[in-house]
Amino acid sequence: MLARSLIGFALMSSPIVKLIAQRIALGIMLLLAVSVLIFVGTQILPGDVAQSILGQSATPQALANLREELGLNDPAYVRYFRWLGGVLTGDLGTALSSRQDIASSLGGRLWNTLFLAFWAAILSIPLAITMGLVAVRYRNGVVDKAISGVALASTSLPEFFIGYLLIYFIAVKLQWLPSVSTVYDGMPFIDRMKAIALPALALTFVVFAHMMRMTRAAILNVMQSAYIETAELKGLRPIEIIRRHAFPNAIAPIINVVMLNLAFLVVGVVVVEVIFVYPGMGQYLVDHVSKRDVPVVQAVGLIFAAVYIGLNIIADIAGIIANPRLRHPK
Amino acid sequence: MLDLKRIPLGAAIGLILTALFLFVAVFAPLISPYPMEQIVGDVWQPMSADYLLGTDNLGRDLLSRMIYGARTTIFIAAVATAISFILGSVLGFTAAVVGGWFDMLMSRFVDLLMAIPTLIFGLVVLSVLPTTVFTLIMVMGILDSTRVYRLSRAVAVDINVMDFVEAAKLRGEGTRWIIFREILPNALSPLISELGLRFIYAVLFLSALSFLGLGVQPPQADWGGMVKENKDGIVFGIPAALIPAAAIAALAISVNLVADWILNRTTDLKGGRGNG
Repeated sequence: MLARSLIGFALMSSPIVKLIAQRIALGIMLLLAVSVLIFVGTQILPGDVAQSILGQSATPQALANLREELGLNDPAYVRYFRWLGGVLTGDLGTALSSRQDIASSLGGRLWNTLFLAFWAAILSIPLAITMGLVAVRYRNGVVDKAISGVALASTSLPEFFIGYLLIYFIAVKLQWLPSVSTVYDGMPFIDRMKAIALPALALTFVVFAHMMRMTRAAILNVMQSAYIETAELKGLRPIEIIRRHAFPNAIAPIINVVMLNLAFLVVGVVVVEVIFVYPGMGQYLVDHVSKRDVPVVQAVGLIFAAVYIGLNIIADIAGIIANPRLRHPK
Repeated sequence: MLDLKRIPLGAAIGLILTALFLFVAVFAPLISPYPMEQIVGDVWQPMSADYLLGTDNLGRDLLSRMIYGARTTIFIAAVATAISFILGSVLGFTAAVVGGWFDMLMSRFVDLLMAIPTLIFGLVVLSVLPTTVFTLIMVMGILDSTRVYRLSRAVAVDINVMDFVEAAKLRGEGTRWIIFREILPNALSPLISELGLRFIYAVLFLSALSFLGLGVQPPQADWGGMVKENKDGIVFGIPAALIPAAAIAALAISVNLVADWILNRTTDLKGGRGNG
């Protein structure tokens, strides 16, 4: 413990640690501001939660009682800090529609969503980077054009088009995989993987194109450097030049691309979960938006925003760490 | 300036398809074989001479609903895009010209809005707002104006330091003149190619919301909502839901082809192309 804090102290003097600490502090501030925005965003209307629980026909007395019970008579900033305090201590409040504790119903769903996103990432990242490298190797050729064409098309495709195409052909016509991704506690790993195969594939399509395009651009950018020309003049094979000279120097932007796309993936998950009826966070959010269950929407919205901001900060930090000029200051 | 013979094949296909979609949307009542809400046959009938695309989950003619759906989808997306452009570019240009605390405040606020994924924040706001076409358009327009703000501010900052703007300022022109007479004409070309991309994004965003049941409400037809209506047929091997989904994809791809071509023809300013 002591040794660790000593190392920490020694590191504090290095500019890279300072930069990273700054990014993290900035991220926390941003997250706080986002929590204010989400809270304000759900308070725009003059009507209140009590009204929406009891409906239009509620008596004024019942409304007043419920407002008292929910603490709605306090000013907005008091309610905000009460909510924030709860979130920080792991108490996300109670769902209006089901009267269940939000935190405990979220636990399993968060895990399900992360499980799906994890496998989609495992599938899409190597694929996108490899295809990006291939596109650069054969740049402006037929292969590059074809890859770019597919990429252009798939950035314009809605998630549900890809999702239902997969269901229609792979689940219904060929009957290889289930069309509905049912998962439950204690499910064998193989069955779970089968259940998430189609949604993971759909998510891969969603992020793959963007990731590949940006990887291609990042490597092409490096390919214009003088040392690439040197390598070419030395007579190295094109694929060697890309693998040994261009790729290592493009790692920082590529990591950045990957993290940004993981952030997109987290958003794409919302629609994909609804398509495949997968019990994750996205479906939980959509269900409760239609029920106008504000506490759930606030909690899930904040978690999504936190994951999104977190991934963006990791992208920043990865960029800092991958930059040798920052790692070895003069 | 524009030589029609030199339009690349992709852009030509994009232009033709986009024009076709627009034509269908404008003349929907004249083209569609049946009224939008009329139940004409059995549920999910296959394609036939009477019902070119078959019937939907309630037995309504799918082609007619597709045609009216084109109208709703394109109309809402176009108005939302227009709002996001007017709001975003006026505020972005003003921030660049005025500078100071206004620029500071606006830019930080836009950063904050962009820190939350658009779909998530859209869902949060729609959980309390009434689901009408008006609120949909406003929510989509305002959320998307953040991207336009970023781009137009970046473009205007560059233009603002040019000599002719300096000259106009020395002449004693007011801020409004500078923004609309000096900056706007010179910022048009990057903004126009961005227009296409924002429109696609609006179509996809609207379709996603309607698909989730939070956008256009039935019996009004829009493509995203039609996917939702017919999605239960997929499991029985009825591909009705794939048709509106494919239409969204086709519209998005054709506008994308046109936007890409315009982008290549004009400057290579690519700011604000992200989504999410």
